Amino acid sequence: MKDYIRKYKNWLMLSIFVAATVIALVPLFGVLGYVLKNGLGALNMQFFTNLPKAMGLSGGGMANAIVGTLIMVLIASLIGIPVGILAGIYLTEYDRHSWFSTAVRFATDVLTGIPSIIVGIVIYTAVVLKMGNFSALAGGLALAIIMIPLIIRSTEEMLKLVSHSIREAGYALGISKGKTILKIVLPTAAKGIITGAMLAIARVSGETAPLLFTALGNQYWARSLNEPIASLPVQIFQYATSPYKEWHQLAWAGSLVLILLIIIINLAARFAFRSRHS
Amino acid sequence: MGQTLSVRKLEAWYGPNKTLKGINMEIEANHVTAIIGPSGCGKSTFVRCINRMHETLPGTKVIGEIILDGESIYDQDPVALRKTVGMVFQKPNPFPSMSIFENVVAGVRLNGQRNKQNLQAIAERSLRMAALWDEVKDRLNYSGISLSGGQQQRLCIARALAVEPEILLMDEPASALDPIATTHIEELIRQLRDNYTILIVTHNMQQAARIADSTAFFLNGELVEHGATSEIFTNPKDKRTEDYITGRFG
Repeated sequence: MKDYIRKYKNWLMLSIFVAATVIALVPLFGVLGYVLKNGLGALNMQFFTNLPKAMGLSGGGMANAIVGTLIMVLIASLIGIPVGILAGIYLTEYDRHSWFSTAVRFATDVLTGIPSIIVGIVIYTAVVLKMGNFSALAGGLALAIIMIPLIIRSTEEMLKLVSHSIREAGYALGISKGKTILKIVLPTAAKGIITGAMLAIARVSGETAPLLFTALGNQYWARSLNEPIASLPVQIFQYATSPYKEWHQLAWAGSLVLILLIIIINLAARFAFRSRHS
Repeated sequence: MGQTLSVRKLEAWYGPNKTLKGINMEIEANHVTAIIGPSGCGKSTFVRCINRMHETLPGTKVIGEIILDGESIYDQDPVALRKTVGMVFQKPNPFPSMSIFENVVAGVRLNGQRNKQNLQAIAERSLRMAALWDEVKDRLNYSGISLSGGQQQRLCIARALAVEPEILLMDEPASALDPIATTHIEELIRQLRDNYTILIVTHNMQQAARIADSTAFFLNGELVEHGATSEIFTNPKDKRTEDYITGRFG
C-alpha cells in the first residue's frame, strides 16, 4: 500500500517537472517559429546587399544595418573582452579578498542588472554630447560597458573552477606566479572563458536601447566610425513601428537574421574550443 | 646529489593557529626521512615550509630558519628555491591542459628551455626515473589526465624530477592510490634515494618502516622524536611515540 502511494507521488512530481519544461519551451519555439514564418518570406539576396529604400517603397535591404551591427559588436569586443578577462584574472588570481575586489565584484553585479537603456543615456551624456554627434564609436562603447561585467563574472567563475592544487603544482616546479597563470591556469580555463566571451557577444548583438541614443541609426552607409550608423536592432525597431507594410516585412526579415546571428555565435561558443587532447 | 637540511626553531602559523611550535631537526642528504604523526600535527605544514609553499596561502606566517647548503632558504628567492626543492602532492595533479610530454617538461620549458631535443631527452630521462616510460612512451601526446591515478602520480614525480631538484618533498604521495600503485611509488622512492634527499609525509607507519632511513614523529606541532627508523619502531625513547606506533592513539 505504501509503495503504491510512493509510486503515485513519483509519477505526479515527474509529470509536473515535464509540464514545466514543456511550458518553458513553448515561448522559445513560439518566437522562433513566428519569426521564421514571417521573416523567411521577406528574406532574399537584396536584403543582404541593398540599402533601405525610401519610405513606402517596396524592396531594399538592410546591408548597412548588418554591417553596422558587426562593426559595433567588433568595437565592443575589442574593448570589452580584454578589459573583462584581465579584470577577471586580477580578481581571482591577485586580489580575491580585499575590500577593493569585494567592491569591484559588487559593482559588477549591479552593472549586470542595470537596464541597458541607462547605459545608453550615460554614453549619450558623456560621449555623444561631448563629441557633438552620434557615432559607431559611442554605440560600440555602450555595448562594451554591457559586456564587461558579464565577461568579468564568467572569467572569474571559470578561473575559480581551476583547482588550487594546479596552481601549487606550478609554483612547486619553480614556475613564477605570472607564468603559472598564463601558461597553466588560463589554458585550463580557456574553454569556459572563451564561451563566456562569446555569450556576452551574443547578448549585446541584440541590444537596442543603448544604441538608440548612441549610434542613432542611418539609412545609408556610414562613412566613418564617427558618424551615426545603422544597426539591426534599431532598424528593426524603426521599421516595426512604421506604418508601412513593406517595412514590417523587412523588420521580420531583420529579426530572423539577428536571431540566426545569435544562434551562430552560441553554436560557435559551444564548438569552438574543444580540448586538444581527447 | 642530495643536500643536507638544518631546521632551526621553525615556527609557523595558519591564521590564529600555531601549527609548528619550534622545530629543530637535521635532515641527512641522500636519506629517506619519513614524517609520521596524527592528522593536524603539523607534518604537512612542515614540509610545505621547506619549499616556502606554506607562505603562499593567505593568513600564514613563518619564523625560524631552514639552512640548505649553508644558506637560509628565507634569504633565497622562493621561485628559485623551488627548483632545488621539488614537491609531490597528496593528490596527483597533472596539468589538465597539457599532454603527458608537456606535463613532464613543464618546469624546464616554462623556465626557458626551448630546444626540442633537450626537452625530449629530459622527458625520457625523467619518465624512466619515475618508472613510467615503458607505459607511456607510445602516447606521450595523450592528455596527462587520461592516465590512471597511480600513473598520474608517477607522472607528477617525473615532472618534479625533470627540474633536477636536490631535495624531494612528498606529502602523502601514495595515500590516494591502490596497493599496487603504492608499491610502485615505494620502489621508486628507494631508487631515488641515491641521488636525492627525500622527505616523505605518511599516515602509513608500515610505509615509513619499509622505505625510510630515519623517521620523525610529530605531535601537536612539535617534533617528539627523530632517529633511525629501526630505533623509532623497535625502541622509541618517548612514551608518546610508543603510544602512537603501537596504535594507542591517533
